[in-house]
Amino acid sequence: MANARKAANSDAAQPNLPFAFRKYTAEQLRQVLHKMYLIRRFEEGAEDAYTRGLIHGTMHLSIGQEASAMGICMPLTDQDQITSTHRGHGHCIAKGADVKRMFAEFFGKTTGYCKGRGGSMHIADVTKGNLGANGIVAGGIPIAVGAALAAKKLKTGNVAISFFGDGANNEGAFHEALNMAAVWKLPVIFVCENNGYGMSTSTERSTAVKNIADRASAYAMPGVIVDGNNFSEVAEAADAAVERARAGEGPTLIESKTYRYRGHSKSDRNRYRTKEEIEDWMANRDPIALFEAELKEFGIIDDAGIEAVREAVKKEIADGIEFAKESPSPEICDLENYVYTEVA
Amino acid sequence: MDVAVRELSYAQAIQEAMAIAMEQDERVFLMGEDIGVYGGAFQVTGDLVERFGSERVMDTPISELGGAGVAVGAALTGLRPIFEFQFSDFATLAMEQIVNQAAKMRFMLGGEVSVPVVMRFPAGSGTGAAAQHSQSLEAWLGHVPGLKVIQPATPHDVKGMLLAAVADPDPVMIFEHKLLYKMKGPVPEGHYTVPIGKADVRRQGRDLTIVATSIMVHKALEAAAALQAEGIDIEVIDLRTVRPMDKQTIIDSVKKTSRLLCVYEAVKTLGIGAEISAVVAESDAFDYLDAPIVRLGGAEVPIPYNPELEKATVPQVPDIIAAARDLAKGKR
Ligand SMILES: Cc1ncc(C[n+]2csc(CCOP(=O)(O)OP(=O)(O)O)c2C)c(N)n1
Ligand SMILES: [Mg+2]
Repeated sequence: MANARKAANSDAAQPNLPFAFRKYTAEQLRQVLHKMYLIRRFEEGAEDAYTRGLIHGTMHLSIGQEASAMGICMPLTDQDQITSTHRGHGHCIAKGADVKRMFAEFFGKTTGYCKGRGGSMHIADVTKGNLGANGIVAGGIPIAVGAALAAKKLKTGNVAISFFGDGANNEGAFHEALNMAAVWKLPVIFVCENNGYGMSTSTERSTAVKNIADRASAYAMPGVIVDGNNFSEVAEAADAAVERARAGEGPTLIESKTYRYRGHSKSDRNRYRTKEEIEDWMANRDPIALFEAELKEFGIIDDAGIEAVREAVKKEIADGIEFAKESPSPEICDLENYVYTEVA
Repeated sequence: MDVAVRELSYAQAIQEAMAIAMEQDERVFLMGEDIGVYGGAFQVTGDLVERFGSERVMDTPISELGGAGVAVGAALTGLRPIFEFQFSDFATLAMEQIVNQAAKMRFMLGGEVSVPVVMRFPAGSGTGAAAQHSQSLEAWLGHVPGLKVIQPATPHDVKGMLLAAVADPDPVMIFEHKLLYKMKGPVPEGHYTVPIGKADVRRQGRDLTIVATSIMVHKALEAAAALQAEGIDIEVIDLRTVRPMDKQTIIDSVKKTSRLLCVYEAVKTLGIGAEISAVVAESDAFDYLDAPIVRLGGAEVPIPYNPELEKATVPQVPDIIAAARDLAKGKR
């Protein structure tokens, strides 16, 4: 499958290498590790700032789901567009956002991506193709189909990705959007990050089919299941889906099976799952630990290299928080800005 | 340069506006249920598909929520969709995308994006279509910052306002009364716009101001003509835009006439009439009032099927005459 492409690391030498290790350079792979850490530390930093009362509202953390965001965004360009969810910090960083401006947004500052009007739940970076997180479950799915329609009509060659959770697959918008994308053969990829629960409700209790990918057959598109905690596996599925979309062959539904370590939001008491379940995922299937082990196994990085990545990320996070703290707050007199487009 | 003016129906005027918009701008396209070869439930798109092809006159599945969302996404990313709802009542299925997404996207993202989508809503009663196909929901959407909501009353205005809507960078919702579709009126050829946010004084008068919307403008004009014989001189304002509302035109008129009657088809309570009344009550026009403000709106019921009941549900010309006559008492 990958032999048509120019492999970064020779196939011939190590034919059993996982996809990502054949496809991407050592430098790119180290960058992936860097970004996975950046996502995790960003969310830990945000959580800490929230606990200390520096950030208000609520937030939905994707800690444990980093490989999914990174793997899906790997084949995308800045022109490819994504729509994201309430659990969207990882998508935002994976798509190229600057954590400084993300922290600033969380702190409600004018230097934030949404000038302090959006916060965590609407975090976006339009210049990098992130059309925004969404407070409405499944709200971004039809919008991504619209972006794909625009890409097709304007012949940009771009693809659109819609991230959503397992809970969203039971909304009408999901079904309407998949149907239209298939009928019109649009360059869109539906990425269901199945972390097992929509708030407290498990997929077994909410969803009539065993796998969300099974829904794809109802809309005549490929339904692919991947281990969402395995970066290479996610990247491989994304790569194939993006290639298919760019070739004009239509949409794909990818189900990325993963797990969130934290509660649904800041109000969660974790009454619907066991401590053992959480600890098992953390100890045995952590996406960053798994990726690090692979990187070491294939000689891409050593312990000193990993330590350097962690240090660099730590500094980026500290700088980001500092930037956010020192940024100005919006003026009350500007309250009514951005409701309508200002005409020059 | 003389522009030819012909008689066109309201539906033809919309169709002409959409054709001009598509001719002038490659990004403009139409989406909706059965708008292609069928021509739309009210034949508004008619044969446009023959001229522009099915890529630009796109039939959607029966998916109001998803379809509206696709239009929002396309508008967000460089296109200029005009989305037709088959009936305005079906806005209820798409409220999520209209209210939570289209209206708020620009604000939530701190001004980084615009959503230049136009949505068209065939609205109103009088066709015997009963409770789920006859509503007037413009005040629902008029309540939402981020949206612009218009109700053109004439073929001339609907063409000009639709073209203004297509050029507008923000989401514009057009409520088209279904009984207006066949109404004819003078329409200039070619491209012109009628501004969103400006009311129009359709008839000058000294004794009483009627602020009316959509089809009620015509009924109010009929009532005004009838009352002229009794020596009552009525000013009729066509509101044209629900949001943003042209407060000044209302205030100026009431200062002149000292009496206000609001006439609209939607359910009376918590509706546009309340807002118009408040505009006057909160302004210096309040001091000019010589009588309490009167609202004539729809009855507090779903639209019934029976034609006599249906008529009784919304203001008719005799109701307007009676209300205006009462209100003008003592004024002559
Ligand atoms: C339309 C809608 N219904 C309900 C909610 C409240 N809500 C927010 S997130 C959520 C759970 C979503 O679960 P899932 O799609 O699996 O995403 P996850 O939180 O697991 O990432 C719910 C019920 C909402 N925001 N929008
Ligand atoms: Mg979930």
